[in-house]
Amino acid sequence: MSNHYTRRSFLKTAGTVAAVSTLPVTLVEIAFAKPQDNFTFAYISDSHIQHIRAGKFVNNWDRGLIRAVAETNLMTPKPDFVMFGGDLAQLGTKAELDHGAGMLAKLNAPLKTVMGEHDYYLDLGEYWSKLFGPQYYSFDHKGVHFVVLNSILTHDEWTFNRWPTAEQRMNEMAGLDNPNGSPFMVGEKQRDWLAKDLAKVAKDTPVVVFSHSPIQKIYKGWNFWTDDAEQVQALLKPFDKANVVYGHVHQIQYNQIGNIAFNSVMATAWPWPYPSTYAQAETYLPKLTIPMNRADPFFERDATGWQMINVNTGRVDLAYNLYNNRSRTVAFDHKRGHPADTQFQDVALEPNRAHY
Amino acid sequence: MKHRHTSLWVVLAGASLPAAIALAGPLGLPPVPVPANNPMTPEKIALGSQLFNDKRFSATGEVACATCHDAGKAFTDSPLKTSEGINKLTGTRNAPTVVNAAYFASQFWDGRSADLEDQSQHPFVNPVEMGLKDHEPILKIVRSDPTYVAGFKQSFGVEPAAITMDHVKKAIASFERTLVAGDSPFDRWYFGGDKTAMSEAAVRGFKVFLEDGRCVSCHTIEQDHALFTDNRFHNIGAGINRIQDKVPEIAPKFLEAKAKGVDVDKAVLSDPNSSELGRFAVTDGLDELGSFKTPTLRNVAVTAPYMHDGSVKTLRDVVVHYNNGGVTNKGERVNDFLSGGIRELNLDEQQISDLVAFMEALTSPQHATPAQAASAGGQQ
Repeated sequence: MSNHYTRRSFLKTAGTVAAVSTLPVTLVEIAFAKPQDNFTFAYISDSHIQHIRAGKFVNNWDRGLIRAVAETNLMTPKPDFVMFGGDLAQLGTKAELDHGAGMLAKLNAPLKTVMGEHDYYLDLGEYWSKLFGPQYYSFDHKGVHFVVLNSILTHDEWTFNRWPTAEQRMNEMAGLDNPNGSPFMVGEKQRDWLAKDLAKVAKDTPVVVFSHSPIQKIYKGWNFWTDDAEQVQALLKPFDKANVVYGHVHQIQYNQIGNIAFNSVMATAWPWPYPSTYAQAETYLPKLTIPMNRADPFFERDATGWQMINVNTGRVDLAYNLYNNRSRTVAFDHKRGHPADTQFQDVALEPNRAHY
Repeated sequence: MKHRHTSLWVVLAGASLPAAIALAGPLGLPPVPVPANNPMTPEKIALGSQLFNDKRFSATGEVACATCHDAGKAFTDSPLKTSEGINKLTGTRNAPTVVNAAYFASQFWDGRSADLEDQSQHPFVNPVEMGLKDHEPILKIVRSDPTYVAGFKQSFGVEPAAITMDHVKKAIASFERTLVAGDSPFDRWYFGGDKTAMSEAAVRGFKVFLEDGRCVSCHTIEQDHALFTDNRFHNIGAGINRIQDKVPEIAPKFLEAKAKGVDVDKAVLSDPNSSELGRFAVTDGLDELGSFKTPTLRNVAVTAPYMHDGSVKTLRDVVVHYNNGGVTNKGERVNDFLSGGIRELNLDEQQISDLVAFMEALTSPQHATPAQAASAGGQQ
């Protein structure tokens, strides 16, 4: 990362973006997109592989990851790499991480991974790091600077001094609306590293940050939240095109804060609705275009999914592959200056009350 | 050709000739949906029946619609695994029954036709079915054969030269809309309130159907009728399991061929590998890979073998397939694209037998053999 990056010629190929954004994820779309300088990567997240007892895992979560991997392998041409967005495991055990890693090993493209809190709080990421390597890092690919953060850290006192057992620590952090929980944060050490890492990057280079939790504050009780979000955002502020892609929320969200575009990815395990206690404030909150229907309890893949992403314009465009639902594309709208759903942005849809 | 109409015919008062008729459903079925642009008339139905049974509309003069949709076999070609067209050519799919197809939201195993009208035109020109090059030979016959000339005149008010495939399709579809059948022992028990209509085993099987078997999630039942289909498409591990390792090769190749203009109807019936792509071949939708339409369960006991490829011989084997979580033989690998909802059921032998007994109680009287009629209904 000693050299400066130049903007890529593919930033001019706006026509490709239009094609991607008007079609659902299909092999045809990918196979017949203009190949030249573009690249795509796949993003799979939040599989929550859960160990029941010796050799037994929750079938539903297994099937979600198996299917996403198999479908990713069908993409032609192949994605340049596959990101896994965190929460591979449910309670961070070796059995869960090994089982999940075994499924991810079937990917036929290089794998990169993000740390989730469910992977971390049993052994503080030790076994995960043995399997997948460093917990935060950066890399450059075809003119884009990618950064991976471990955004699910918290106060040392909570992590090291509060809990009698590692298992209890894991369980407390896994809970929702749990008064014993603690807000996520990137932390000073990583922020210092990030500042140095970004110092070497030209300000017109597209920057894409991958984190597990949103680097913005949405809802604290479910840790749809990163406590030092503003400080990380400040480091991204000098860049013309900064993008943050996060998992954790198990639903489609997108937002714009200044120059930074935020996009979430779907889970392969289960969907979250918005928290019932969530109240939409005026600013800094993701656009909720269509409330997601509750998953069909029989069709277990309903309201889960994975996504293909391109950075053709220096902004992140996500094509969501959704089961039992219409595929959706959330692409950066350059006229509006923020991400927008290519189909539903201006359509006010009533939620399907029959499901509630 | 025996017509086995059991439905109620209602001639709409005030309708001018040809009289339009609406069809009330038999016990257990709703009224038959009839498209506004193709009202049912006795003349049109009779014409459709004649077209349905005419072997001249095939390249060899030996195959009619009725060849694979035989009235004596509940409008299937049971026990054939996959259908036999001209020159004994076999396709890739098991002939679905026409009975109650009037209620389906789409036609063919992969739903590639939206309605009966559209569906009716394709087998004529499929190389492994009736094998015509195009529809011209059909039009030639119906424009010259005096019976057809009269029939089309009465049904549509058209002169011979003005007869088109649109008329042919509408007539066949109108006939098919009369092929509805309910009034099974289950219907008499569940909707009719006859407590003796179904055997004890079948009653126990119905409980398995609703609960541990999870069958009703796709083979749906409503308050006042039951179509036994959700009209959706699911990957249940039939067919696709066989080619699962080849999918990364087959799927992109098929889409490339399709983009270059290959006819989906012909491709899926002639190539066994493409056939297993299922609904994906129609929509390109990744989440429909290996998915096929939920078939109705009505008259299922007389339409063996089962699944889109006829790969499962008996109703018991079908239950075992689901009980194994989407594989016919326990221990086989299920495909990665399996639909959510398909998982091991842990049904015991008694539950499996009861479920089969329940499905045997779904046979309508006009499609039951005398033996079946005697054994399926009532307590013996």
